[in-house]
Amino acid sequence: MTTPDPQLSRESRSGVRRTVWRSVAALVGMFAFAFALVPLYDVFCQVTGLNGKVSNSAQAVMHDGVDQSRLVTVQFITRSGSGLHWQLGVETRQVRVHPGQPTEVGFTFDNQGSEASWGRAVPSVSPSQASQHLRKISCFCFDEQRLAAGERREIPLVFQLSRDLPSDVNTVTLVYTLYPVEGREASQQANTRSLQGEEA
Amino acid sequence: MATNPAPKPVPQHASTAAGGLAEAHPERPSGLLRWLLTTNHKEIGTLYLIFSLTMFFIGGVFAMVVRAELFQPGLQLVQPEFFNQMTTMHGLIMVFGAVMPAFVGLANWMVPLQIGAPDMALPRLNNFSFWLLPVAFTLLLSTLLMPGGGPNFGWTFYAPLSTTYAPPSTTFFILSLHIAGISSILGAINIIATILNLRAPGMRMMDMPLFVWTWLITAFLLIAVMPVLAGVVTMMLMDINFGTSFFNAAGGGDPVLFQHLFWFFGHPEVYIMILPAFGIVSAIIPTFARKRLFGYASMVYATAAIAILSFLVWAHHMFVVGLPLVAELFFMYCTMLIAVPTGVKVFNWITTLFRGSISFEPPMLFALAFVVLFTIGGFSGLMLAIAPADFQYHDTYFVVAHFHYVLVPGAVFAIMAGVYYWLPKWTGHYPHERLAQWHFWLSVVGVNLTFFPMHFSGLAGMPRRIPDYALQFADFNLVSSLGAFLFGASQLLFVAVVVLCVRGGRQAPAQAWEHAEDLEWSVPSPAPLHTFETPPTFERPAH
Amino acid sequence: MRTLLVWLAGGLSLAGSIQVAMANGWNMPVGVTELSGNIHSLHMTIFWICVAIGVVVFGVMFYSLFRYRHAKGAKAANFHENIVVEVVWTAIPLLILIGMAVPATATLKQMYDASEADLDILVTGQQWRWRYDYLGEDVAFTSNLGTPRAQIRGEEAFGENYLLEVDEPLVVPVNRKVRFLFTSDDVIHSWWVPDLAVKQDSVPGFINENWVRIDEPGVYRGQCAELCGKDHAFMPIVVHAMEEEAFDTWLADRRAAASQEAQGIDREWAMDELMERGEQVYTAVCVSCHQEDGSGNPPAFPALAGNQALLDDRDRHIDTVVDGVSGAAMPAFRSTLNPVEIAAVITYERNAWGNDSGDSVQPSEIAERLSD
Repeated sequence: MTTPDPQLSRESRSGVRRTVWRSVAALVGMFAFAFALVPLYDVFCQVTGLNGKVSNSAQAVMHDGVDQSRLVTVQFITRSGSGLHWQLGVETRQVRVHPGQPTEVGFTFDNQGSEASWGRAVPSVSPSQASQHLRKISCFCFDEQRLAAGERREIPLVFQLSRDLPSDVNTVTLVYTLYPVEGREASQQANTRSLQGEEA
Repeated sequence: MATNPAPKPVPQHASTAAGGLAEAHPERPSGLLRWLLTTNHKEIGTLYLIFSLTMFFIGGVFAMVVRAELFQPGLQLVQPEFFNQMTTMHGLIMVFGAVMPAFVGLANWMVPLQIGAPDMALPRLNNFSFWLLPVAFTLLLSTLLMPGGGPNFGWTFYAPLSTTYAPPSTTFFILSLHIAGISSILGAINIIATILNLRAPGMRMMDMPLFVWTWLITAFLLIAVMPVLAGVVTMMLMDINFGTSFFNAAGGGDPVLFQHLFWFFGHPEVYIMILPAFGIVSAIIPTFARKRLFGYASMVYATAAIAILSFLVWAHHMFVVGLPLVAELFFMYCTMLIAVPTGVKVFNWITTLFRGSISFEPPMLFALAFVVLFTIGGFSGLMLAIAPADFQYHDTYFVVAHFHYVLVPGAVFAIMAGVYYWLPKWTGHYPHERLAQWHFWLSVVGVNLTFFPMHFSGLAGMPRRIPDYALQFADFNLVSSLGAFLFGASQLLFVAVVVLCVRGGRQAPAQAWEHAEDLEWSVPSPAPLHTFETPPTFERPAH
Repeated sequence: MRTLLVWLAGGLSLAGSIQVAMANGWNMPVGVTELSGNIHSLHMTIFWICVAIGVVVFGVMFYSLFRYRHAKGAKAANFHENIVVEVVWTAIPLLILIGMAVPATATLKQMYDASEADLDILVTGQQWRWRYDYLGEDVAFTSNLGTPRAQIRGEEAFGENYLLEVDEPLVVPVNRKVRFLFTSDDVIHSWWVPDLAVKQDSVPGFINENWVRIDEPGVYRGQCAELCGKDHAFMPIVVHAMEEEAFDTWLADRRAAASQEAQGIDREWAMDELMERGEQVYTAVCVSCHQEDGSGNPPAFPALAGNQALLDDRDRHIDTVVDGVSGAAMPAFRSTLNPVEIAAVITYERNAWGNDSGDSVQPSEIAERLSD
């Protein structure tokens, strides 16, 4: 089908073939590029704070001192997505912290359902320019959580605002939305015991 | 009368001096099979144009349903579910089924004729890329009859409305978009291969007619962005059927990523629908102003500049999605920059008119209306580029007014101008002058009645894509609906003109328009099935 | 000279009539915040610049069309290139654009002001209603379409604020900085009130923010701006901006009312009471999908009337309403409705439209289900 018009001169035909192959290479490249954009976008978001995304792996504490001259309000909001019989609570609605000061806040996961299930707390930060300055040293949001029926678990969030947080940012809001982890509810039942062992 | 010039003695490059579309080739199958198997660029061009016109009417009927429901407040004719399917289908069909295939059809017909090539570079591929389209759109239209209905999430199909919350037919929608996308990609490869390799001896790139230039750049855009669209819909497919979470926040994905990817395709796509229109208008205006196009080289550079900028402006569709300040500023500035090359084009057309010798045949009327109304669409585009103001304009009827101004009296008028311009070449007859004039004036009145009030309803606060609205928008919507019915009905006149022109009419000579310059006017009218089998020698117009 | 005057007069009267039209609901509202005023003047500046460019460009164009008609024997000139002209008309638009970009940038920076707010409200979009959470104030409620469905169907005359009225408006104080945080429970919505010049997408799983400082008390109306499914047109926004003292009183009253309803959780509710309250809740919250007669709209929205699976499994019914259905349009109502409302609406659904389970759900049972 991709044979050039037979009426054409040999020169034109080889030109056409060359053009076709280059186009096909460009097409394949662009299709791959579309998929490459997915991880690239995540990196870009984390670097620029686009869309309030925060790093999804633990960061080390920065020991460059605490900026005692500034107090920033950090708000916590917990929300439940549909389909999970869990309640996510937080011990305090907001804390006032100095940039640089590591802070621990307790969160409570409570499975009110009658079956063990898997869930994940998806984080988001606003304003977006604050998100690359919010360093999470330890967070439940890095992992999927499993709760037995009726289980209640306290997991702390340890975070630090970096000292170079833009000076016009006075309030940082951190939202966690609980979502069920699809496909793990039933299939992982068999592993319950071993996993519980691990967690203990 | 200007439309009836004495035929100039021009070299006849056709292999057969007489005959045309109707002439059956001895070795070729006849009847339906002939059209199914044809590899001739003119026949395939005709197929594309007929397909596009059909889709234009189907998409148009959907628009009429929308406007009928919006005729007055309250729900009278359709339920919101069906209304959403109508707006979605209208957009999808008009973009992918009407405007894009129409330009491909024109390219099929005219690019070989304008560069002195015997056919497209890959004739069999050409046949295949056309026949993918009826398959794609039959599939797309059939989703309307499936349980849960067809796509109802807007032509931009934002996730998660189009994934987690979509009707079951969405998988078929994705498949049809894939097929249509492959068709466009194959068409684009063919056009690039033709233009780069099959030009008449002596024709340099900077000698090519602007329609060829704009199509070359459009084809590059298609190759760059159609795979991205394919990637996006593939990710949707995987989210829906294979449990991935590209766009699903619940699984760690991001719905906003969908919009970034979509508009990375979508904004160049907008220019895919307008660049060939620039080419058509740049051919018509000099012909009927009897004066060479002003600033040919700057037209080419401006087209290329618009194409490059189109990759840097996608997030201006997303100003209210929660972008950081730097991103808002970057995309605002880049978007504003597009006004510069676009302005250059408009200034060039007007300077071509200045001190010309202007007559107003139907192609010229449509081209002039294009310049005026497209520029109005450009002004509202500039307003939309201003990010802070866009917080008020975004997703309102102001946006609907804007993109319909650039696409209806923009792209569609240019297509119609092209059809009136080249009909004599295709059929050997001039289109019926009086009927075409009626078609033009009714269309101009209809288009403005429909879309101008939408600026006001949008500014006054009417969101887009709603089946029912508050009472203060009632007057604007009444006028818009009446205008839409007028515009829709007037297009029947277009069909009448085309059909009459195919069947008969005043004979056109090879040089159908006195001052037309490009190579297509050197072959007889109607153009015989095979042209330029021995390449013509290109002669540069004297400076 | 006379022609010039005629044109001038014509132009001025046209401009004048544009001004008049714009003052009468044909234009973007000036709004009631400093920012909305700035956006409006930015909009008008750009508009008039476009008009000026349009007058020049179309002026030259139509002059040429009349002056150089072939029918009047015009002879075409032969020029087709001029570098100087091309450079000039590239440079001038560039300068105009820079002139536009300066005020636009300033206004944009003002919008992104992150200074501390006096009140934070979490706005959650949900198919098809808005929920408002006054953070740290113990006040939260949903705001549903207030227009009766009969008006939409044309069975009743349209009310004055047809489709722009809600059962419970958002109440905010004037002269204080109110910060809105936006998120969504299902698809993307967009919260838009033209008079406040706030339009912000609410994205599931993510959070956005915007703010207002309202200058004048009043009632400001808006709508969801992002296509969010079938009832996209039917999730309006109404904002009551109150004087500061009146707002403080309202907030205190609202808090008291919430705690009063909370006290109702502990007592035993009679079937009639539950049915009555349940019908109210159902009409406000459930009707848009499950219909007034409980017939639903399968497959997306299952029927409740005669739904034997539901009637047989009371626990599942409670679970579904409390926690929603993942990957479907059914949201979790655990934080949207209070235990009384949840108990009442489940009771109603189990006993209305010929459903005859006969059982009732007590608020205390739901409260226990929700308690830690």
